[in-house]
Amino acid sequence: MATEAPTGAPLPARGTDERAQLINLLTAKAKLVRRETVRLTRIAGAGHYSGTFSAAELFAALYYAQLRYRPGQPDWPDRDRFVLSKGHAAIGLYPVLADVGFFDPALLDNYTRLHSRFGDHPDMRKIPGIDFSSGSLGHGLSTTLGMTLAARVQGRPYRSYVILGDGELCEGQVWEAAMAAGHYRAGSLVAIVDRNQLSIDGPTESIMGVEPLDEKFRAFRWQVQRIDGHDFDAILDAFAGLHTDPHGPPQMIIADTVKGRGVQRMELDTNWHVGNLVGADYDDVLAEIEAGLQPVTAGRDGRAGGGND
Amino acid sequence: MTDETRAAAGTAAGQQISDTFTGSAGASQALKPPGPQGTVKGIQAAAIPAFVAGQELADLGDTDPRIVVLTADLAGAGRTADFRDRHPDRFFNMGVAEQNMISVAAGMAASGLRPYLSTFAAYVALLGCEQIRTDLAYPGLPVRILAHHSGMSLGYYGTSHHSLEDLSVMRAIADLTVVCAADANQLRAILRASLNLTGPLYIRLGRGRDPEVYPEVPGNFAFGRAVRLTEGRDLTLITAGSQVRPCLDAAALLAQQDGLAVRVVDMHTISPINADEAIAAATETAAVMTVEEHNVTGGLGSAVAEVLLEAGAAVPFRRHGVPDEHVVLGPPAALYAHYELDAAGIAGRARRFLAP
Repeated sequence: MATEAPTGAPLPARGTDERAQLINLLTAKAKLVRRETVRLTRIAGAGHYSGTFSAAELFAALYYAQLRYRPGQPDWPDRDRFVLSKGHAAIGLYPVLADVGFFDPALLDNYTRLHSRFGDHPDMRKIPGIDFSSGSLGHGLSTTLGMTLAARVQGRPYRSYVILGDGELCEGQVWEAAMAAGHYRAGSLVAIVDRNQLSIDGPTESIMGVEPLDEKFRAFRWQVQRIDGHDFDAILDAFAGLHTDPHGPPQMIIADTVKGRGVQRMELDTNWHVGNLVGADYDDVLAEIEAGLQPVTAGRDGRAGGGND
Repeated sequence: MTDETRAAAGTAAGQQISDTFTGSAGASQALKPPGPQGTVKGIQAAAIPAFVAGQELADLGDTDPRIVVLTADLAGAGRTADFRDRHPDRFFNMGVAEQNMISVAAGMAASGLRPYLSTFAAYVALLGCEQIRTDLAYPGLPVRILAHHSGMSLGYYGTSHHSLEDLSVMRAIADLTVVCAADANQLRAILRASLNLTGPLYIRLGRGRDPEVYPEVPGNFAFGRAVRLTEGRDLTLITAGSQVRPCLDAAALLAQQDGLAVRVVDMHTISPINADEAIAAATETAAVMTVEEHNVTGGLGSAVAEVLLEAGAAVPFRRHGVPDEHVVLGPPAALYAHYELDAAGIAGRARRFLAP
């Protein structure tokens, strides 16, 4: 685990044994994300499965290949920052933070129960490794920009990363922040859009069209890469392609993903934004996750999501 | 000059400098903020609250490298330009984008800085309310908001620019300290005290032309500890911010013309409210009237009423402020007179309250 590799350090090149080993590790960690999301949802009674599954490869690649951090020193001033602006995917982030050593994984066993530290949306005051509380969509790019500008003021070398949802891009504050990041040439800000195609009520392009994202962010003076967000080689190449000039343009990775990826009944099915698996479905889905990603079969029959109980 | 005539003179000066946007006869004039050494209608700019904020922050910033300042295209109006000129690398103009500014400041504070952000009260408190709640108060971050031009001090700019709801909204947010500055010296004290405050702070300011209340920077300022400015047993006026000076002048008028001894309490901190001081007013004086440049719903008056009712304090009580309506149009001084929030108006309200 490259938890203290310098930001921008070369990742193993595509096609090498080292790259293959890293991708094996990341694949296992993406399964951990999906498996734990299913387990924790059952504790809560309902959870955000599909928008977490779309980000599983991104979480794995960030925490096991890219970010610099010290699990034993969560407030290390030079750590890379990470903000999950789409805070509803925290259910998939908590297991990663536990796995890398920020806290005891057993703490997750009372996920969302009374007095738990772990809610559906993450609280920076309660959870080591959470750099900013989130849940209210549209704020995360701004808070991450603040961290980036703070690094500039303090002369610190860290990068600040944020994952945004695609539905979240409808929030005006995102574009206020995008404009400010471009204006201030916040080069150590790396934003990733989990472009999983669906917001709650349906496809983004029918609810509120967000495309063309590449052109929008370029027009806001960002450097933009667009990749397959479930392909580890593509993600690692995108990380390797980040520039290292803190006064360069802010950097966007648009990760084309599939909402619900890894569990066929949920893929591109709006009904699974929130849900709860019970009985044999629970075991079937865990088995499907262990089998690994299969070709996408979109729009299978879904079932209604669960309530907030 | 006696206290009474000084008070009366203060009232006149206050009204005069509040009545802005009158232009100058005979010559075109661009509205341009004066430098710290300049004057506004004969008043030393350096002695006026909003005009000392940037200067005081620049001084504090000399010794505290964590201090950064942000504005939303109002570096001139809020005088944070004085900080910008001395500490350009720690000054961020975020453009006309208040919500982003608040959340950016939150990210900065989470990374070890001490951000002070400054803009019109209407846009930071109402437009930015959710960012203040979610990104400042919930994480408990040391961001300080300088909410200038609060109340109806922007006069005929109209309701879009007025902030008559901010105290109500801000005081409902947990873990947010809400304070009102009455004048330049109290603002300096607030800013100095803010260095030792761990959580977020909302500082309500007027237009920057408020006449003096405190002749020097109060050395004993503390958040949540009200200041008893005058003593009296016939009535207590509990007030804050822009209404402290007119309340003092009203108390002088009531003493002079009616022989009433009026206690004036500067309840500068609206949240957490100084409950003991409110209860003391109810038990030690014959009546209590709150006075605020704010909608009577939800602000200082409501906060005091909550305290008194729960304490079982049976005292004649009135809230005086802007009625629950969108205000009529007019220059600031005309609005204060219309809504009886100048010294004469407050005195008149007090008389009607005490002898209906």
